[in-house]
Amino acid sequence: MKKTLFDKIWESHLVEERSDDSALIYIDRHLIHEVTSPQAFEGLRTMKRKVRRPDLTLAVADHNVPTEGRVDGIKDEIARIQVETLEKNVKEFEIPYLPLLDPRQGIVHVVGPEQGFTLPGCTIVCGDSHTSTHGAFGALAFGIGTSEVEHVFATQTLMQKKPKTMLLKVEGSLSVGITSKDLALGVIKKLGTSGGTGYILEYSGKQISNLSMEARMTLCNMSIEAGARAALIAPDEKTVLYLKDKPLAPKGDLLKEAKKSWASLFSDEMANYDMKLSINASTIEPHVTWGTSPEDVISINDCIPNPEDAKNDIKKKAMQDSLKYMGLVSGQKLTDIAIDKVFIGSCTNSRIEDLREAALVVEGKKVSAKVHAMVVPGSGLIKLQAEKEGLAQVFIDAGFDWREPGCSMCLGMNPDQLKPKERCASTSNRNFRGRQGRDGRTHLLSPGMAAGAAVAGHFIDITKS
Amino acid sequence: MKPFVKITGIVAFLPEINIDTDAIIPKQFLKTIEKTGLGKYLFYDKRFDVEGKLNSDFVLNKEPWNKAEIIVAGDNFGCGSSREHAPWALLDFGIKCVISTSFADIFYNNSFKNGLLPIVVDKNCLDDLSKFARLGENISVDLEAQTIIVNSFIFNFAIDLYRKHCLIKGLDDVGITLEKSNLIDIYENKIKDKSWVIPDFQNIKL
Repeated sequence: MKKTLFDKIWESHLVEERSDDSALIYIDRHLIHEVTSPQAFEGLRTMKRKVRRPDLTLAVADHNVPTEGRVDGIKDEIARIQVETLEKNVKEFEIPYLPLLDPRQGIVHVVGPEQGFTLPGCTIVCGDSHTSTHGAFGALAFGIGTSEVEHVFATQTLMQKKPKTMLLKVEGSLSVGITSKDLALGVIKKLGTSGGTGYILEYSGKQISNLSMEARMTLCNMSIEAGARAALIAPDEKTVLYLKDKPLAPKGDLLKEAKKSWASLFSDEMANYDMKLSINASTIEPHVTWGTSPEDVISINDCIPNPEDAKNDIKKKAMQDSLKYMGLVSGQKLTDIAIDKVFIGSCTNSRIEDLREAALVVEGKKVSAKVHAMVVPGSGLIKLQAEKEGLAQVFIDAGFDWREPGCSMCLGMNPDQLKPKERCASTSNRNFRGRQGRDGRTHLLSPGMAAGAAVAGHFIDITKS
Repeated sequence: MKPFVKITGIVAFLPEINIDTDAIIPKQFLKTIEKTGLGKYLFYDKRFDVEGKLNSDFVLNKEPWNKAEIIVAGDNFGCGSSREHAPWALLDFGIKCVISTSFADIFYNNSFKNGLLPIVVDKNCLDDLSKFARLGENISVDLEAQTIIVNSFIFNFAIDLYRKHCLIKGLDDVGITLEKSNLIDIYENKIKDKSWVIPDFQNIKL
């Protein structure tokens, strides 16, 4: 029987199979943060239950932490209570925790791989939809709700309906200056925001092998925006190379054993998928979203689309509403649209390669006088690395704000928010209404494109300059 | 968890697709450490203007839909963030059932864990229900019989039998799994030789 990578991971984690295609599966890794865990801990306390495997759990606060003046504590009292609640809970239940002032603190999906907590072949969950990020390592990783967080705490398992599998073969090569963010947006454009619902999305093809681990993380991260339950990329030499020096990854003989086990993590030739698609990477252009759904993707050289061209009335109405919210008119050239803010950060694009890509564009230039731009590194370690490499100075010299790590303006739970009608070029993952601040207008794009927009004051095609 | 058996109530129609969980409950209300009290913030940016005044055009602010117990909405309801605050806010407002042509996975799962019934129907059924919703009609949802009844119309819906069973009985998932802890012990015993899988926290100073 030929198996997909997903089948192999699923089958090796079965605790109990049920007749209706669902199963109790074992969870190897549980990442937690301050926003989706307090009610789960409270549930444990109410029922006098314990955390079964604190040694497979890692906690970090990221969602509502401030990105400046951190040593003075969190000023927003409700946010502070939430972070303190996490600190109290990890102490009570003896869960490893990276404190706010620790240089290893950062966005949970950046920290997991960086610490080697994320490993191939593992099942990884977190009360956060962007857990799909860890699929870049060939781990079955998906977001869960707080009730499921509580379930994993108490049992280290989850009852799951077996998902369907989709293979997305990426043919051809990305052109120079085109990144995995552009590819990710291209995939969402193709699938739509619900095209992946119920599926595990496996990426394969030469272009995927050519992507760095960080670029793979960006691609897997955004697969949830196409509705996919999780994303998967088979581990290879690059995966091992990335992990081998990471603190929590296996070392010595254990690494040898692990590598033996990881070597079987690929989809067999002729394995059966519920759906197969292909996308030609060479056709991918620098992408920017124009609307309020991540599927509202156009190329930088396109014009804002016309609702009259929508495929049905529901979509037409949605497009009209989006244009109104975004303050845009169909036919407008994307490159003519001025921006107010630039946000380089989030679990999608805040890693060192993202910062290098952005710094390359801004080096020796200045942020437009009309624009406020900020860089929020994904972790304290990335921040230190960027400072060591001189990237931080490039950003600061150009007029960027250089901040402390966290989720920041990706979802604006902390003070980093858009004001009404402010237009933002953002390297994050969601352009939903109000996501970055009430009535704020978000355009998703790659770090290089965001940096280009910061300098120009409007969207530009960085591959042409 | 409160069991879901049968309800009869007013239906509010939200004529939009891709209603995301950020819209259902905006981020500023996620700082709570409780599950309760979120109903007043449900669809906050739609229900209230920038100054916090009630937006009288929004369906959940209008009679009789301000007492709605059922929501009918377009495709891909609950997409985006995994926040379980979305079903908590819906339930706290008084919504017990959401009917759509499709749901995002995590929201769908989260709903069942809290006694909120998500029902998937086809496009024609959704169109019919939206008409009844606009008329302010009462609709009955019978989970046992898997039917939606309005006037003399009956629509059937499909649902996973295990989820149905748990919802009708109001069963606690964690409790059910803990009864099988011997199976978890057996699994953990089986993977004992796979020691590379255990992270060595000695390697990082905490």
